[in-house]
Amino acid sequence: MSAAFEYSPEADRIMAVSLGPQHPGAGHFRIRLWLDGDLVVRADPDPGYVHRGEEKMSEYRNYIQNVPHLERPVILDSSGILFAYSLAVDQLMGNKIPPRAEYLRVIMAEINRIISHEYYLGILGLFVGQTTMITWMMGDRDLFIDLGARIGGARVTFAYIIPGGVRNDMPEGLQVQAFETLDWFDKRMDEYEKMFFRNPLWEERSKGVGVLSREDAIRLGATGTVLRASGVAHDIRKAEPYSVYPEFDFSVASLKEGDTWSRAYVALEEMRESVKILRQAFKNIPPGPVRLKLGPQPRVPAGEVYARTEAAHGEESYFIVSDGTPKPYRLKIGTGSFKNMIVIPHLLKGIHIADIPPVYWGLNYWPVHADK
Amino acid sequence: MQPADSAQKVPAVGPPPAPAGPPVTTAGPSVPTTGPVTPPPDTTRTKALADQIIAKFPSTKVDYARERRLKVTVPPEQIRAAALFVRDVLGFDHLNVVGGTDYMQQHEFEVIYFVGSISKPGQQDLVVQLAERVKRDESPKVPSLTEVWAGAELHERETYEMLGIIFEGHPDLRRLLLPEDWNDIPPLRKDYVSPGR
Repeated sequence: MSAAFEYSPEADRIMAVSLGPQHPGAGHFRIRLWLDGDLVVRADPDPGYVHRGEEKMSEYRNYIQNVPHLERPVILDSSGILFAYSLAVDQLMGNKIPPRAEYLRVIMAEINRIISHEYYLGILGLFVGQTTMITWMMGDRDLFIDLGARIGGARVTFAYIIPGGVRNDMPEGLQVQAFETLDWFDKRMDEYEKMFFRNPLWEERSKGVGVLSREDAIRLGATGTVLRASGVAHDIRKAEPYSVYPEFDFSVASLKEGDTWSRAYVALEEMRESVKILRQAFKNIPPGPVRLKLGPQPRVPAGEVYARTEAAHGEESYFIVSDGTPKPYRLKIGTGSFKNMIVIPHLLKGIHIADIPPVYWGLNYWPVHADK
Repeated sequence: MQPADSAQKVPAVGPPPAPAGPPVTTAGPSVPTTGPVTPPPDTTRTKALADQIIAKFPSTKVDYARERRLKVTVPPEQIRAAALFVRDVLGFDHLNVVGGTDYMQQHEFEVIYFVGSISKPGQQDLVVQLAERVKRDESPKVPSLTEVWAGAELHERETYEMLGIIFEGHPDLRRLLLPEDWNDIPPLRKDYVSPGR
């Protein structure tokens, strides 16, 4: 498909177009496109419009002060990005997290995974012409935001998972609301499948579009739903079990086709697995304390650590170098969106303009997350 | 990976994980640790990998071989050969991230490639950290590994603009996140001070 169309500087034939950064929905992100007719001959991602310098900021703040700003790049999945950070700091300090806190971390991470995937599928639907999708999903997403708000206190920026455990316990009797939400959501996901995924219009727009082969997915270092939709059942929760994930019964959703439909369907299946995990976690959560008393400025021994988790946008990793002072010497964030950014030019090359929305929004790429 | 600390919790997969960092003796946790004692971390797999790398590249320095993490430092001249060895022989084919650190007092930059494994079974939980050190001078140069791991392209561009390390052989070494009119030193260097600090 793409081999016949190569970039050529011929001015009257190739037109350069800027998609974003002001495009409604592109999300503070620009893709420079070179078009031959309506075919993309070359695409060049241009991120950085929302670069905040999180890594530099981290060097000026201690390990607890770093918690609230580190979740800002991806407020959809705020617990996902903090889980990896807390894991890294806990490993550096050798913290033994109380079991109840481990369960609460998993509960919050899975609630956030659902919140994030709902947003992802809603936006994807909106830009592919399924306007019903965004209204349904934004509505259902709010049920999980309410659940998260009752645990974490805030609406989306929970800052809940912190080094040494979680910030506070969940309110008593939350299980009633949780199980009601999960029961309702189970039925809704079956409706999503009928309404959207088996919808001929949706299938026409997304099946066979933006195919990423298994080899390319591994070669380019793709992660998250993008990797799993290309036939690689790689999920850090299973591959390198952390926290209390080994105690739960769930499976890794994976499909072989590698197209936009598969990527979206993997996200739907992942929400189903998250519901499974949430049911088990709310049922089996043990009593006990929820955080260690680390104080406002914990002492972190000198050393290096690399921790990674499976967040909603893919593998979330932190590399922290500590020199024994209260602040990190170096903190490197590896976000799922950044890792998937290289897939954008690879997939856009050779496709029609009309296929850009399903491909771009199908990648679960979040510009703020990639910019950091 | 926090250790299970009650009797009824037995992880289903693999041995119980242990904390990777050194144990903290001061300001310890207030929760008493009950249950079985965590066994020492199993480092046989990472040590075996380290031995294989050393056998091929004798000048390799093993920084640490922990339960799931292996960090080796090789000279920049050998990094491309070492990376090919790590990818093709040891089976680490999935690049996670590329990181760089400014060790200003030692007059050195460190570049690390964090590589995971997907195709070779039994080592999905391991990460090889392939590091190199380069002198901290006007234009520090290291070879680009984009030919080994294609996914390194944007990671190396980020390291280039943030630390000023030049990756030789990179197909398209431009700035990525910083604004076009940035005319200060690379911001993640230790001698760059954020505005207002």
